[in-house]
Amino acid sequence: MTQKLSNQLLVAFYKEMLLGRRLEERVGQLYVQQKFSGFCHLYIGQEAVSTGCLNAIRKGQDYVITGYRDHVAPVVLGMEPGVMMAELLGKVTGCARGKGGSMHMFSEKFRFMGGHGIVGGQVPLATGAAWKIKYNKEDLVALCFLGDAASNQGQFHEALNMAAIWDLPCIFIIENNKYGMGTAISRTCSLTTLADRAKAYNMRQAVVDGRNVVNTYTQMKEIVDETRKTSKPILVEIQTYRFRGHSVSDPGNYRTKEEVEKERARDCLVLLKDIMLNQKAAKEDDFEKFEEEIADKVEAAVAFAEDSPEPELDELYKHVLV
Amino acid sequence: MAILTLREALNQAMSEEMERDPSVFLMGEEVAEYDGAYKVSKGMLAKFGPMRVVDSPISEAGFAGLGVGAAMCGLRPIIEMMTWNFAIQAFDQIINHAAKMLYMSGGQYKVPMVIRGPHGAAHMLSAQHSQCVDHMLVNCPGLKIISTIDPADAKGLMKSAIRDDNTVLFLESEMHYGRSGEVPDGEHIVPIGVGIVKREGTDVTLVAWNKMVLLAQDVAVELEKEGISVEIIDPRTLMPLDEEIIFNSVRKTNRLVVLEEGWGVASFGCHIVDRVVKECFDDLDAPPERVTNLFVPMPYNERLEHEVMPTAERTISAIKAVLYK
Repeated sequence: MTQKLSNQLLVAFYKEMLLGRRLEERVGQLYVQQKFSGFCHLYIGQEAVSTGCLNAIRKGQDYVITGYRDHVAPVVLGMEPGVMMAELLGKVTGCARGKGGSMHMFSEKFRFMGGHGIVGGQVPLATGAAWKIKYNKEDLVALCFLGDAASNQGQFHEALNMAAIWDLPCIFIIENNKYGMGTAISRTCSLTTLADRAKAYNMRQAVVDGRNVVNTYTQMKEIVDETRKTSKPILVEIQTYRFRGHSVSDPGNYRTKEEVEKERARDCLVLLKDIMLNQKAAKEDDFEKFEEEIADKVEAAVAFAEDSPEPELDELYKHVLV
Repeated sequence: MAILTLREALNQAMSEEMERDPSVFLMGEEVAEYDGAYKVSKGMLAKFGPMRVVDSPISEAGFAGLGVGAAMCGLRPIIEMMTWNFAIQAFDQIINHAAKMLYMSGGQYKVPMVIRGPHGAAHMLSAQHSQCVDHMLVNCPGLKIISTIDPADAKGLMKSAIRDDNTVLFLESEMHYGRSGEVPDGEHIVPIGVGIVKREGTDVTLVAWNKMVLLAQDVAVELEKEGISVEIIDPRTLMPLDEEIIFNSVRKTNRLVVLEEGWGVASFGCHIVDRVVKECFDDLDAPPERVTNLFVPMPYNERLEHEVMPTAERTISAIKAVLYK
């Protein structure tokens, strides 16, 4: 099934996913070291979703919005990792000037519309972006990421209905990591395939493998191109897994060790490495170089964030109103 | 100057702004083919077409959220709520998204959107259709809130609201869409955050907005017969509030009564009294009084409903109380 991608693209994907992974591991460390506080939801395990989807769009032109597990997507879109890291540390150089934090990464430049903390609340906003595309007759799409459990929210259903009746170029992507916080989705939704929710809205649907980035990218490319062409929305379920808890403070007692181990065997980075070795896109020792390169980037991001100033108090009343 | 009803004035404001700026569109339940549940958008579909005057499904949170997203991307939505009671379904979008987007994005994403519709009680619509939500919304930073039934003010403020780069909530009144007044033609702008002295007086300051202005005026006429001179201040905008116009009046009359529709617990009137007590303490000759709805859900029965709303009797009593009469 897996299509062949160029060696160059595979290397780029690997480095991008590795950057996401190592950044998040470092973020988890910083959190445990109490370098920052608040909530912290790590993306570890789901990197192939961001890389597969966001390389299938026109970065900086197509609109992207997501929930609170939002540290990696803006970096994949092109944001400097240090700017994301600075936001986590509450610094004024952060992508929301230290006012958003972990759950509210934003970048107007990369058309990254956030970073949202109310489960499912971002979904209607994506239809607004798609409405603007249609209103101005633009050749663009809107990508809306949400978690599996967000598809139980009413606003999700209202948004899908609107996108369907108005033919909005909106791609709703359920990142199905199987758990809404500590509750298995199988306990809160009677469907086994979440993409089937599209049937209620006479909407196209797709199930995408979110562990093998080659598959994710290939399928998403097709979906994005089709959506751009037809201006018809689609509900995509991408099957993935998060290796860490819902947030850093969650020990994950609601799932078995065996389940997590089984998932680790199909870690998106492991799978991609296998593909690359098979395809001779890289040699074993190349991966050490990738690690070194990424480690430098991560440390540079942390240094930038740590060296950055806190916002001044006069920042408090800025941006309440325009 | 033309004589227009409130609904015509709002229609004119929206239509003029839509002619001026192609990024403005109107969306809501029944706004297009039905001409609006209260006919505020009458004729606008024919004029602007279905991409700019849009019938939505009954999904208040959904289409309010669509408005937020569209505004973040550069459009200027006007979202009609059939009533502000239904807008409670969309409070997540208003409070968690529209009001906070600019702040939590560090100034990157503004939300230039107007959400408008009738507010407060009409007549015998019972508990779920008669509420005031202004005190709930005014509590949240990041929103502007306008509340008026005056046709000229409504036109001028609606134009300002549509041009404003913030989310502006616009509270109207179902019972007064057919009420007429003189409205200036064309470019009539009333700035947001500027109140108006609706009636000059010397003995007591009566602050009232939206439909309570009419009750205030009736009471003022009544009390004039008794030699009591009432000054009526209509703030028109609740947020930002024109505090100075209230302070200046209280400094002259030394007495304050706030007349507001809606429940009185932690209400906007409480805020006005708080500000006046703080800033005009030495000017006050009596503790301020408030007249509000009784603290019960709205009953259906007409006599009971009348009793729940602020009445002329309770307003007169409050005014006499601050005058020690």
